[in-house]
Amino acid sequence: MRHRVVVTGLGVICALGHNRKCFWDSLRAGRSGIEPIEGADRTQLRFQNGGEVRNFDPLQYFDQREIDLLDRFAQFGAISAREAVADAGLEFTPELRERTAIVTGSCVGGQGTEDEGFVSLYRRNNPRGNPLTIPRVMNNAGASRISQEFGIVGPAWTVSTACSSSNHAIGQAFRMVRDGDVDVALGGGSEAIFSMGFLKSWEAMRVVSPDTCRPFSKDRRGLILGEGGACLVMESLENAQTRGARIHAEIVGFGMSADAHHITQPLSEGAARAMRLAMADGDVQPEQVGYINAHGTGTTANDSTETAAIRAVFGKHADRLAVSSTKSMHGHALGAAGAIEAVATVLALECGTLPPTANYNEPDPACDLDVVPNQARVAQVEFALSNSFAFGGLNAVIAIKRWI
Amino acid sequence: MSDELTQRIVKVIADTQHIPVETLKLDSTFAELNIDSLDGINVLFALENEFNINIPDEAAKEIRSVRDAVEGVTRLVEGGAGGASSEPAHAS
Repeated sequence: MRHRVVVTGLGVICALGHNRKCFWDSLRAGRSGIEPIEGADRTQLRFQNGGEVRNFDPLQYFDQREIDLLDRFAQFGAISAREAVADAGLEFTPELRERTAIVTGSCVGGQGTEDEGFVSLYRRNNPRGNPLTIPRVMNNAGASRISQEFGIVGPAWTVSTACSSSNHAIGQAFRMVRDGDVDVALGGGSEAIFSMGFLKSWEAMRVVSPDTCRPFSKDRRGLILGEGGACLVMESLENAQTRGARIHAEIVGFGMSADAHHITQPLSEGAARAMRLAMADGDVQPEQVGYINAHGTGTTANDSTETAAIRAVFGKHADRLAVSSTKSMHGHALGAAGAIEAVATVLALECGTLPPTANYNEPDPACDLDVVPNQARVAQVEFALSNSFAFGGLNAVIAIKRWI
Repeated sequence: MSDELTQRIVKVIADTQHIPVETLKLDSTFAELNIDSLDGINVLFALENEFNINIPDEAAKEIRSVRDAVEGVTRLVEGGAGGASSEPAHAS
């Protein structure tokens, strides 16, 4: 039997704040968290700005011994899961611990720890590696920490599909609950990317904006990198109702596809197919969709390709739906992006307010959608999509329904 | 394509793309040579390394042919930009 799947818990930490209240206040105000980079020496970089988690003190969340074992990315994953579980009011019994899944996404895991190790080895000529490097670096470190923290012993794993990672993770978590494999699933992801080696690699790609992120705006100059973590507690409707949980929204569909095209250039047909499959999976008609949280990176290629994909899928209805990119405010958190944006989409449906595309200056004929420029909009929307399209052409789209 | 600098630039492009240097003409566009956007930034990376120059992002966007690359790199090399150029190179 298929179960309906509802979201009962949300957690997020990113450039817009350390919890969902700060996050939502910023999104609603259209306030960007993009600022000069502090986590690495920006004087060595062509680009200067990023969406970093500011004023972050891990000791507020973990003791020193735990911090020794957790890269910043795993800390973000655990912190967002902790907030989501508390929000859901979940109390883990031995039975529930076996009936709960964890699926996380991360693009590059503990690359900051890896970077430090390489600096020590190659630059400082320290022949000894740090024995904690491996457990800190592994992409599943966040999922493992979450399982340990709550004693969750059900299925737990990590997905890595670049910028789609946490949408793929949420989609798998959703389907496990829908199929009855588990009663509860924590789906999300985390990323921490502000180390010199990784930033230099992005610099070489020549896709990072020298100022800020202006998705869909004619004067857009590229993406802005971000970091953070986000988590959704999903559970079967029966489970939520039995325990009297507050419901934020319903996840109704998930679609994924591959472009089979180019390692970095997106293809609108692949993105379109993922959107169509997500709607078909949730029995959603295109005319019912009122909002899309776009992948919207702010690169020339993504935003025009995504616009073409939306037009192909929605036809005339594309002129009646709102599309915004919250990356304009929190930056592109790569493997955490899908999860952060899923939280934004759930809150948009629940609160009846669509977050804007910030930093928007000028219409681009190649991006001729209603992008909710600069100011949030009050709107009761029934269905929304949250898009993630990765380098490598791997696409993942979630369909979400407002809970009434 | 007679002078030494031009020949070095052309060789870097050919080597990076794993194509015979004879297939490159000064007026070949990157599109004609099947150099896509990702190949293009890889070519620029190789040119930066070969000549120890920095090609700014804005200038990089304008490099779409062998001639663009030759002119842009020549300007940076002759400008003595030994790795610290921050001004757009107006490559066209």
